[in-house]
Amino acid sequence: MKLEPIDRALLAGEHGAAAGRAMALLVRYGEACGAERFIPIESAHIDGCLYHGPSSIDFVERFVDLGGKVRVPTTLNVAAVDVTHPGWHCGPPDIIAQQKELTRLHELLGCLPTLTCAPYQRMARPRRGEHVAWAESNAIVFINSVLGARTDRYGDFTDLCAALTGRVPLAGLHRDEARRPAVVFELPSIDAARLPRDLYFAAIGYVVGRRAPGIIPYLRGLPPDANEDELKALGATGASSGALALFHAEGVTPEAADMPTVGLPVETVSPAEVAGAIASLCRAVEGEAVAAVCLGTPHYSMHEFDLLNKAVDGRRRAAATEVYVSTSREIAAGIADDDAFGPLRAFGVNIVVDTCTYLAPVVRETSGLILTTSGKYAHYGPGNLGRRVALMTLERCIRSAETGRVVAP
Amino acid sequence: MMIRGNALIEGMASGALLKLTDPLSLWGGVDLQTGRIVDASHPQRGAILADRLLAMPGSRGSSSSSSALVELARTKRAPAGVITTRADPILTIGALVADDLYGVAIPILIISEDDFARLSCGATGHLWCETGRSVLTIPGREPVRFSGPTV
Repeated sequence: MKLEPIDRALLAGEHGAAAGRAMALLVRYGEACGAERFIPIESAHIDGCLYHGPSSIDFVERFVDLGGKVRVPTTLNVAAVDVTHPGWHCGPPDIIAQQKELTRLHELLGCLPTLTCAPYQRMARPRRGEHVAWAESNAIVFINSVLGARTDRYGDFTDLCAALTGRVPLAGLHRDEARRPAVVFELPSIDAARLPRDLYFAAIGYVVGRRAPGIIPYLRGLPPDANEDELKALGATGASSGALALFHAEGVTPEAADMPTVGLPVETVSPAEVAGAIASLCRAVEGEAVAAVCLGTPHYSMHEFDLLNKAVDGRRRAAATEVYVSTSREIAAGIADDDAFGPLRAFGVNIVVDTCTYLAPVVRETSGLILTTSGKYAHYGPGNLGRRVALMTLERCIRSAETGRVVAP
Repeated sequence: MMIRGNALIEGMASGALLKLTDPLSLWGGVDLQTGRIVDASHPQRGAILADRLLAMPGSRGSSSSSSALVELARTKRAPAGVITTRADPILTIGALVADDLYGVAIPILIISEDDFARLSCGATGHLWCETGRSVLTIPGREPVRFSGPTV
C-alpha cells in the first residue's frame, strides 16, 4: 500500500505505541482487501465492546496497556448484559463483571459508552458522503443507505483500529464504484404483498438479503413515505439473512437518484416469496402459550415507543407473559421522565438498556415461545437462545401478550 | 484435484472439508462453547467447525463474526482454514487478529464459484495460501494398490 506521511508516522509509533500497533494491523488488513491507500475517517462505532469471551478483553487490553486513545469521536455498540438491571439477568453470573470490565477498557481508550446498536437514531448521524468506520451490521446498512454516509462492512477489531488511528484502507463501500447497484429488484407494493405495513419492511429485507449476497441491490417499488424505523427494519433483517450493507431505494434513499441502473439485471420479487419469508419466521400455532414479547431489535426509537404506548393503552399483559423492549439508556431515560408513557408502564413493559434480549437472557420462563416484531430477532433468536421465536405485527403481539396465548392474525 | 485461487490470508492447513450450501454468520450462527452451527435456518445446522477446512459460499450477518472467529481460535475450535468465493472483510480481520493475539493461523482462500461447486463434503484437502500461488489440493481416494495379497 502507498502510505502517506501520517500513515508512516502512525506506523512508526509517533502518535503512540497503541496507534502504531493498530496501524500495523490495518496495513495487513488493507493489503488483504487489495486497497492502495488509506483515507481519514470522521467517526467510529465499535462492535468489539460486546463480550464474547476472554479474547474480547485480550484484544482491547493491549491498546489500553500501551496508553491508546481514539483519534475520532467513537461510540460503543451494545453490551452482552444490562448492567442496570442485574436482577433480570438469567445467564451466567460472571458475564456481568466481564462485560463491565470490557466497557471500562473501551472508556479508557476514550470511547463514549453509548451502548446502543442504533446511535444513528439520535446522537451520531454521519452526513452524506462522510467516510466513517462503523461496525454492527444494522448500523452499517442504515448509515450507508439511509444517510448516504460511507462505511465498509467492518467487523470487530477493524473498528477499534480505525478509531485509534483515524484511518481506514480505501476499500469496499468507501469507493464510488463499489456503491453502484448490481441488480434491480422490482418489489411488490404493500397492497400487492397483502401484508400489514409493519411486517412488509422486514419481509422485503429478508428476501433481498438472501437474493443479493455480497452485491448492492437497487429497490424499485418501496413506498416513498417509508420512514426511518421502517428502513431500519428492512436493513437489519437483510443484514441478518444475508450480508446487506447498502441498498438504494428509488425515491427513498439519498444516493438512488444518482445511481445508474440501465443494463442491470432486473429481478421480480413476488408477493408469494414475501409471504413465504414471513411464514418461515412465524411458525407459532394459534393458542400456544407465550413466554414473552421482545421488541427493540435494533434498539427502539422514540417514535416506536409512541406507537407501542398507543397500542397498549387501556390493556394489561397476562401475568405469565413478560414484555421487554430494548433501547439505549438515553431513550429509556426520556421515557421514564415522561408521564405520557403511563400506558406503557401500566401494561407492564420492562425496558432493557445497553443490550438486546436475544443476547442477554432475561425472559424468566426459559423454554416457551417468544413473539417479536423484529425480523433480525426472529432470525437470530432461535440459535442464540435455543428457543422458538415468531415474527408478527405489533398489534398481534400485544393482543397475544394480553391473553397469554398466540391469537389469530 | 487441484484448485487454484487467491490468498486472502496466507498460511497452510489440512483437514476434512466441511462444505456449506448456504452462507454462514459465525456470530449467531455458531455456538462458541461447542463450535457447532446453531443457525436455525442453516441447512448444515449441527455440523462442527473445529479443525475442518470450512468451505462456504460467502458470509452473511454480523460484525461480531470476527470476534466469534477469534474466540473459536482461542478455544481451539476454529476451522483449520476457510475456502470461500468472495473476499469478506469481517472474516479477514478475524483471521488477522487470531494470528496476532494467539498465533493461530487461519488461511483463507478465494476460489471461483465453478470450482466451489466441485468441492465435496468430507474429502480431505490441503490448503496452501501464498500470494501469487495459492492452491487447494484434494488427493482423492486411497492410492490404488497395484500389488498385495491375492484373494
